[in-house]
Amino acid sequence: MEFDIEEWYKGVDQGDVILSHYGAISPDAITIMLNEIEYAINERNEKSKLRKKVYNVMIEALQNLYHHTDDPPKNVIDKFGENFATFVLKKESDDNYSFTSGNFINKNRIKFLKDRMDQINYLNSEELKILYKLILNNNEFSDKGGGGLGLVDIAKRTGHEYNYSFNNYTDKYYYFCLKITIST
Amino acid sequence: METLSLQGSPKTPTVEMNAENGVIEIKGRSIPENSIDFYRPVVEWLDTYAESPAKITQVNIQLEYFNTSSSKCILDVFKKLENVFKKNNEEGVTINWYYEEDDEDMLEAGEDYQSILKIPFKMIELEE
Repeated sequence: MEFDIEEWYKGVDQGDVILSHYGAISPDAITIMLNEIEYAINERNEKSKLRKKVYNVMIEALQNLYHHTDDPPKNVIDKFGENFATFVLKKESDDNYSFTSGNFINKNRIKFLKDRMDQINYLNSEELKILYKLILNNNEFSDKGGGGLGLVDIAKRTGHEYNYSFNNYTDKYYYFCLKITIST
Repeated sequence: METLSLQGSPKTPTVEMNAENGVIEIKGRSIPENSIDFYRPVVEWLDTYAESPAKITQVNIQLEYFNTSSSKCILDVFKKLENVFKKNNEEGVTINWYYEEDDEDMLEAGEDYQSILKIPFKMIELEE
């Protein structure tokens, strides 16, 4: 049975939500979302350190969504639209935010992504720093201009493990759900 | 050689690169989705500058936020400056890396560059 994206999203989109999104993602949309997030966090008078951390993680996480969302088959695009992605940024408790995102991913890319996240989760902060510098200095860019550093950068900043799941949607496409915890 | 001036935008920094006085400044936010396009003229300008640089090159980097895509391009910029430094008997080039007092991540980012490159860095704390 296909994963119920709408139901899953409804479940996540609850609590002290700062910003949530269910639809197309584009560079222009990200600019607007980042503005809204920055404004909302400023309004909450969070400490500057936490404010910067949340904003920095949002930049990477939203651009990761834009760079790495795969377009599923036509019948699925007809239902959700192109460049479809979901996310919910919310405050969980004092000094603690969470960002939960979802996007389609081609089955072929799951292993690579899973291995990368498991590797990151396994590394301590010093090892993450070394990995970050290695990738920073490797001169590689993807077609969309991503540097392959986003997930390492987020983990380095947050110090929290990634919680993730790959949920079967069609034969070849899965819905990738990722939860990032941000605190100071 | 002409000065390179790029006006800042919500996702790109203000850039001012003056070959006459050797002052190179990048300030603001650097968070475009595709940083390669943005930094291309900067890197090209530095290629030309490296042919006959000013006696002293002072580089001021004052970024509020930058994304990982920019971080690779900024490293490219520094590598060009490292060439200037090496050609000039390892003197005459300094990178001033500015960070706000509570922004440890920004300080750490500067230190990461410092550890990769053979060029003097000065970490300068800004009071809020």
